[in-house]
Amino acid sequence: MTLNESLFKYSLRLGDTSLILAQRLSEWTGHGPFLEEDLALTNITLDLFGRAKSLLEYAGKVEGKGRTEDQLAFFRTDREFFNALITEQANGDYAKTIIRQACIDCFDLLFYSELAKSKDNTLAGIAQKSVKEITYHKRHSFSWVIRFGNGTDESKQRLKKGFEEIWEYTGELFEMNAVDEVLIKEGIAVDLSTLKTNWTKEISELLQSAHLTMPEGTYMHTGSRKGLHGEQLGLILAEMQSLPRMHPEAKW
Amino acid sequence: MSDSQGPLWEVFVQKKSGQPFVHCGNLHAYDKEMALQNARDLYTRRGEGMALWVVPSDAIVSSSPEDMGSFFEPANDKIFRHPTFYQIPDGVGHM
Amino acid sequence: METVNFENVFEAKLAKNDFIEPKDWMPENYRKHLIRQISQHAHSEIVGMLPEGNWISRAPSLRAKLVLLAKVQDEGGHGLYLYTAAESLGTSRDEMLDALLTGKAKYSSIFNYPTLSWADVGAIGWLVDGAAIMNQVMLQRSSYGPYSRAMVRICKEESFHQRQGYEIMTHLAFGTPAQKEMAQDALNRWWYPTLMMFGPPDRESPNSENALKWRIKRETNDELRQRFVNQTVIQAEYLGIEIPDKNLKWNEARKAYDFSEPDWSEFKNVIKGNGPCNKERLLARNKAHHEGEWVREAAAAYGKKLQENKIAA
Repeated sequence: MTLNESLFKYSLRLGDTSLILAQRLSEWTGHGPFLEEDLALTNITLDLFGRAKSLLEYAGKVEGKGRTEDQLAFFRTDREFFNALITEQANGDYAKTIIRQACIDCFDLLFYSELAKSKDNTLAGIAQKSVKEITYHKRHSFSWVIRFGNGTDESKQRLKKGFEEIWEYTGELFEMNAVDEVLIKEGIAVDLSTLKTNWTKEISELLQSAHLTMPEGTYMHTGSRKGLHGEQLGLILAEMQSLPRMHPEAKW
Repeated sequence: MSDSQGPLWEVFVQKKSGQPFVHCGNLHAYDKEMALQNARDLYTRRGEGMALWVVPSDAIVSSSPEDMGSFFEPANDKIFRHPTFYQIPDGVGHM
Repeated sequence: METVNFENVFEAKLAKNDFIEPKDWMPENYRKHLIRQISQHAHSEIVGMLPEGNWISRAPSLRAKLVLLAKVQDEGGHGLYLYTAAESLGTSRDEMLDALLTGKAKYSSIFNYPTLSWADVGAIGWLVDGAAIMNQVMLQRSSYGPYSRAMVRICKEESFHQRQGYEIMTHLAFGTPAQKEMAQDALNRWWYPTLMMFGPPDRESPNSENALKWRIKRETNDELRQRFVNQTVIQAEYLGIEIPDKNLKWNEARKAYDFSEPDWSEFKNVIKGNGPCNKERLLARNKAHHEGEWVREAAAAYGKKLQENKIAA
């Protein structure tokens, strides 16, 4: 794989992951558990859409075929999307949304802190901005995990169930393929294997403070690096892309 | 008053370093950390501030309207507290 | 001992254009009127998140998505500012939400209409927010301090809402024929419901007199409605789409547009609960509220444990 091709796919992977997570989170806007929290989560959603936009815009530039961020977001099929599987999972209840967010925020902060040192100036720039945002996202999601774990029996049960549901999608966050190999050599991409120890440590500490334990199961789903997703992504895209696809020549 | 939405808080925002913290509104939150985060998410969405205070509303002590006369009117005739009360001769420079 | 005549103090403040603050004495009717008006306004913002929220997942560009999300979020914020302003009058958010969720409280009837196309998102920003801003600008000068301050903040934030709506309309009106048709269809459907937003005609408005006297309202429904029409005609002309009113005509003598009144029987029907989306809107609010109940309980339980030092913070 050429350097350019790898950089394109890498940017898509990061952009798609932000985009699909944001699309999922945006389902909460106007339907949150109470007003203040509705607004708080929407701020996080806005940051994620913003990051997706920057990354897809860059992907388009790298590809060099004149595709804009919108063409990439709205005119690719599910097999051409590289978002991590964890992001397309249904929101479930607020506990599941929060624990998924905590797992991703924890990963993202480690990841983007490293990417901020990338030799690719654009990715480094996007990462530097993102680190500030994610630091706050993580503070938000972690504090809610602790609230749920120490709140009521019901909240603790829901948190536990939510965590069990998303756990098997967390392993994929650390998967690497030829894309990573090419880019790590150039000092562009982050070696994901270096993040895992810290991530596992932080998450198990978080679970501890919420009176939960790491699950025993070690089976992890995989596929998104190759563009293989669950059934849900097709539905997300069908909805998200409907308008531009119905009017392909229109500008909005 | 029982409220399942959590206690009420007062939010103060400092616009720029060095400036006073100014009251900007209220919110509901169930604990201090949440109050601070909610204040950030609600009242600084447009870059309105550099620093925040949140205070439980029931910690605020306020003067009542009946106090108005006895509290504030006595200050009105203390004009000697203001610099314009005094005459300074010309030619001594700024004072 | 000298007794203060509170009513005189209150009247004197109104006469001087001073503000009434939460702890000030106020006539019971003034308090009631304000609680009703402010909480209805708050409910309108909260329910108003739903029709536009319907398009968040389908906004046709990433930019449009960001803008729409921020706007819907702002509406939530405005609801929140208003709820706290009403709370300062001695009601609680629980009580107000209960009234909304059980269908006892009213909110702006405009939000009981469906958003059928992307152009509706544009039309809501352009027309509905345009009408709302007119009302809100007036309310910045209302006599109740917390309400007035909430309005100042809201107006500042709202200023982008109408612009974003009109921008959507321009993209559509100057876009493909299908887009232009979408824009015209949205104008056709939203025009009269928007005119209804200013409330019943002055000849039938029972609450206006006190509201004007108390400076809770500063202009009449008909005055605001006329101003809205005057300002909107030129904007529709620029877009090249037609306001669905055969009687719309400039009246040189009045220096204002003559226009058809909306169908007030439809207005009354929607208020009674028979609008196209009344039930859906209330169902959506109830669903969110009930599904959020355990979250609020958990947060309250955790907050209590923190206060009792049962958890290391």
